[in-house]
Amino acid sequence: MGGIAHLEKRTLGWGETPVLTDVTLDVGIGERIALLGRSGTGKSTLLAALREEVEKTTHRAALVPQDLGLVPQLSTFHNVYMGRLDDFGTLRNLGTLVYPRAKDRGEVGAILASVGLPDMLRKPAETLSGGQRQRVAIARALYRGGAVVFADEPVSAVDITQGHHLIGMLHERFSTSVMALHNVDLARVHATRVIGLKGGRITFDLAAADLTDALVAELYA
Amino acid sequence: MTAAHARKFGFWAFVALSLIALGLSDLESNRPDPWNTLLALGRGFLTPDFGTGGLWYGAALTVAFALVGVLFAAAVGLVLAPFYANPVVRGFSVTLRSIHELFWALLLMQVTGLGPLTGLLAIGIPYSGIFARVFADLLSETPQSAASALPRSTPRTSLILYARLPLAWDQIKAYALYRIECGLRSSAVLGFIGLPTLGYLLETFFRQAHYSQAAAVLYIFFALILPVRLWMRWHLTPLYLIAALWLLAVQKFPPMGEGALIRFLTEDIIPAPLRNGGELLPWLTKLLETQALPGTVTTVILAQVALALAALIAIFGFPALVPRVSGRIGSTIAHGVFVVLRSIPDYMLAFVFLQILGPSLLPAVLALGLHNGAIIAHLLGQQSRGLALRPDAPRGLSLWGYELLPRQSGTIWALCLYRWEIIIRDSAIMGLLGLGTLGFFIEKNVQELRLDRVVVLLLVSAALTLVVDHISTRLRASMRLRLGPQSETT
Repeated sequence: MGGIAHLEKRTLGWGETPVLTDVTLDVGIGERIALLGRSGTGKSTLLAALREEVEKTTHRAALVPQDLGLVPQLSTFHNVYMGRLDDFGTLRNLGTLVYPRAKDRGEVGAILASVGLPDMLRKPAETLSGGQRQRVAIARALYRGGAVVFADEPVSAVDITQGHHLIGMLHERFSTSVMALHNVDLARVHATRVIGLKGGRITFDLAAADLTDALVAELYA
Repeated sequence: MTAAHARKFGFWAFVALSLIALGLSDLESNRPDPWNTLLALGRGFLTPDFGTGGLWYGAALTVAFALVGVLFAAAVGLVLAPFYANPVVRGFSVTLRSIHELFWALLLMQVTGLGPLTGLLAIGIPYSGIFARVFADLLSETPQSAASALPRSTPRTSLILYARLPLAWDQIKAYALYRIECGLRSSAVLGFIGLPTLGYLLETFFRQAHYSQAAAVLYIFFALILPVRLWMRWHLTPLYLIAALWLLAVQKFPPMGEGALIRFLTEDIIPAPLRNGGELLPWLTKLLETQALPGTVTTVILAQVALALAALIAIFGFPALVPRVSGRIGSTIAHGVFVVLRSIPDYMLAFVFLQILGPSLLPAVLALGLHNGAIIAHLLGQQSRGLALRPDAPRGLSLWGYELLPRQSGTIWALCLYRWEIIIRDSAIMGLLGLGTLGFFIEKNVQELRLDRVVVLLLVSAALTLVVDHISTRLRASMRLRLGPQSETT
């Protein structure tokens, strides 16, 4: 198959209650998948399951979770650096916590500037606005890099122009992506494949070009 | 058994046990004229004498021991906390904290004498065990989102450093601050066994009936501990630490002979029959029968009566801290009284009562009951003020009877059970004042230089603490009682 993740007739959910039933799904290398559907239909659940699958393989995955997963007390630099903790030894990580190396500062600074956060390395994450925090989470994924990025509503708190720009950046860095998106236009522009979720199952799974207005209307009805 | 049944059963069992313990304890005041001492003491408080030499030096050393000991322990606790799930680390921490600071000091004195290391380690060792447990709880209770956003392959230590420690940092600092306050109490009390802190001065002045000087010592102690949250600023810590270390480094103390540690480890603490030839078992049996058993029984009895008194003081005292019950002026006065009672170490309080009432369990019961009751009442008062009450809720004692007491009954149970373990530990050391608890036998053997017996008795005391801790945990579970670890109970 040569895919990056594979689910076969799986029931997904938290604890006892299934959120999605009978899910069969393949994520191929180079695919840009958009998950669509109203909130609570299981987009995050599906993303989590796919991430679990990838974590079992040797593929490297990066993550932009819906709750961002920032540490409010740490600086934006450290929040971004956290994306690569597993690349370095504990001693180096401990040292970076106390005094970051110039090279790391430069690298992280460039990424932060590219997502629209120049000169903010030292600011604690808790002092940032909602949109700025989202950019930090995206910067963390960009800094990490890898084969695939899983992003859960990654641009919900920034304006639409910025949203296009940021998703474009993620796609430059990662060849494969799975993103839950709140905005169908973003999916139409950036995705190669769209998956619709409704009523606890996958209702459509097509090439982005085949996504009709009628399907969208029914999905969100 | 349901939680409600367990609580009902627990209540009557508690009442019955307390009454039995009361019947077994000797509470008679042996001093024919407590009023004379009380009057003299009162005069002393009205005419404090701050002019005695060594008073300020003693105060400075009290702070120095507390700061260095607690910060050392916090550092050790922070290193141990991430590994607390490991049974070895857990057992190690539990053992460290099951032995009271004063007992640690008695033991350490055999090796490090009256030097600064004794005070530092006496506080540092048991506090390390406490910090390890509390920090582990704080770390594990941080929000998960940052940690779960990290790749699964992130090294555990890095994950804790980046995604847990910063999230718990504020609570860790708050808890350390609370412990510095406790450390001041411990440090002062270490004076009673000879270290040059405020407790030493207090004991000396009392023995010489210099009540004006004794009052000055107490006033200085309160002047240090009451505003601890004002003067203990984290950015000043390095400064304080340097000053404290310098003070301890230049402190003069009687020198210890060469090889004290080796002798302590290879001779002193080896059971006598093993050293001199003889049967180990009869030696141990005799020690357990004639010292450990009576000491343990008295410790348990004292703790039970004291706990009952603490519960009564808390239940009837906490409403006084709620303005809706006692009015603004009333609650302010009550607050002042309770602050003094919970700031003064129970051992110091017991010592003062002992001078007034003469030797019996009564001074210790009063001291433990008042100190611990004030702490429970303070926490209950704090929670009661935060309760969301309906706008037309009653005022005064009706509010206490109909709203506060029923709503807080679970918390009262939980706090009393938490305090039980602490009261047991403190009851054991009351023996150093001459009462028949475990501390009495421990000190007796220290004076006779029978350190092998001391070690056995310390193990008994640690085991007693552990048993009580275990029973308390089980009871809390069966009654479905839970408090946050950061609440100032541990």
